[in-house]
Amino acid sequence: MHELSVTEKILDIVLKHARVNHVRKVISITLIIGEMSDLENEWIQHYFDYLSKDTVAAGAVLKIEKVPIVLKCNLCGQTMEIRREEIGGTCCSGCGKAGDFSIISGREYYIKEMEAE
Amino acid sequence: MSSVKLIEVKEAIMSDNDAAANDLRKRLSREKTFLVNLMASPGAGKTSLLLRTLAALKPDFNMAVIEADIDSVVDAEKIAATGVPSVQLRTGGFCHLDAAMVVKGLEAIDTASANLVFIENVGNLVCPAEFDTGAAMDIMILSVPEGDDKPLKYPLMFSKCRALLVNKIDLLPYSDFDMILFKQRVYQINAGIRIFEVSCTSGEGITDWTEWLKQSVNRFLEKP
Repeated sequence: MHELSVTEKILDIVLKHARVNHVRKVISITLIIGEMSDLENEWIQHYFDYLSKDTVAAGAVLKIEKVPIVLKCNLCGQTMEIRREEIGGTCCSGCGKAGDFSIISGREYYIKEMEAE
Repeated sequence: MSSVKLIEVKEAIMSDNDAAANDLRKRLSREKTFLVNLMASPGAGKTSLLLRTLAALKPDFNMAVIEADIDSVVDAEKIAATGVPSVQLRTGGFCHLDAAMVVKGLEAIDTASANLVFIENVGNLVCPAEFDTGAAMDIMILSVPEGDDKPLKYPLMFSKCRALLVNKIDLLPYSDFDMILFKQRVYQINAGIRIFEVSCTSGEGITDWTEWLKQSVNRFLEKP
């Protein structure tokens, strides 16, 4: 559901950068989204096509690059990549303890770059 | 001939909301108003928990509630019956509150005298997790019937809250909810979270939660 307001924010940022860079047409936009977030590619594109009509970003393709969840063990410093369904089910691959982790990545939510002419 | 160029953007999608939320947090810090953002699925017990919490902390704080139910005034009426001022924000079908909506809700509240304000966010574990409301503390409820697998499905929400209330523990004997496994899942993505096991029906565990909250608010209010 929040895809609509998220798409509005994406479009605002894209149009701002398009203005600054005197862009005639935006071709593609690359988003970096952590695995912990829910963002449906198909819906984002659908909303974007609708919202960007009559702007320089009309017709631009949204590319989503997912960033995996990476945890760091606070006890031994080992980092490890896990999938969502593995949360809570894995011990540290370094010291074998299950206890104390920090999230290193997986919460990213930003626009990396855009291609334009 | 026009050529294609690559423009580096590197900007957070939520940057405008994050900025508005940080401004609000600074303002409320100056005004000595502790804002709590309460999130949960529909039916997890947000309103019940608020009623219990308001009753327990009424002697200690001047409180108010911002209600963000999608399109009803039922919750606001229940809160109003406690004598604590409440304001109903109609989110018009939106699935979350953002900082600008919270600022609007606060206009109807006398923040000069209120020192503890609760946001009852829209019932949903996905969208509210992405939007910083400007609250000093994010908390959530997960009720036993929802199941112990929810941290796997909604990791972002579980990873960003300072406190988690596991509600409806009176239903544990009738459920296959595995509390140990559940906590293991939560702690792995949020080592610092405080977990309270409560029942808003029986009142079990409520005092542990309200005493902890009271201490957190007092620490905030005493900060120079």
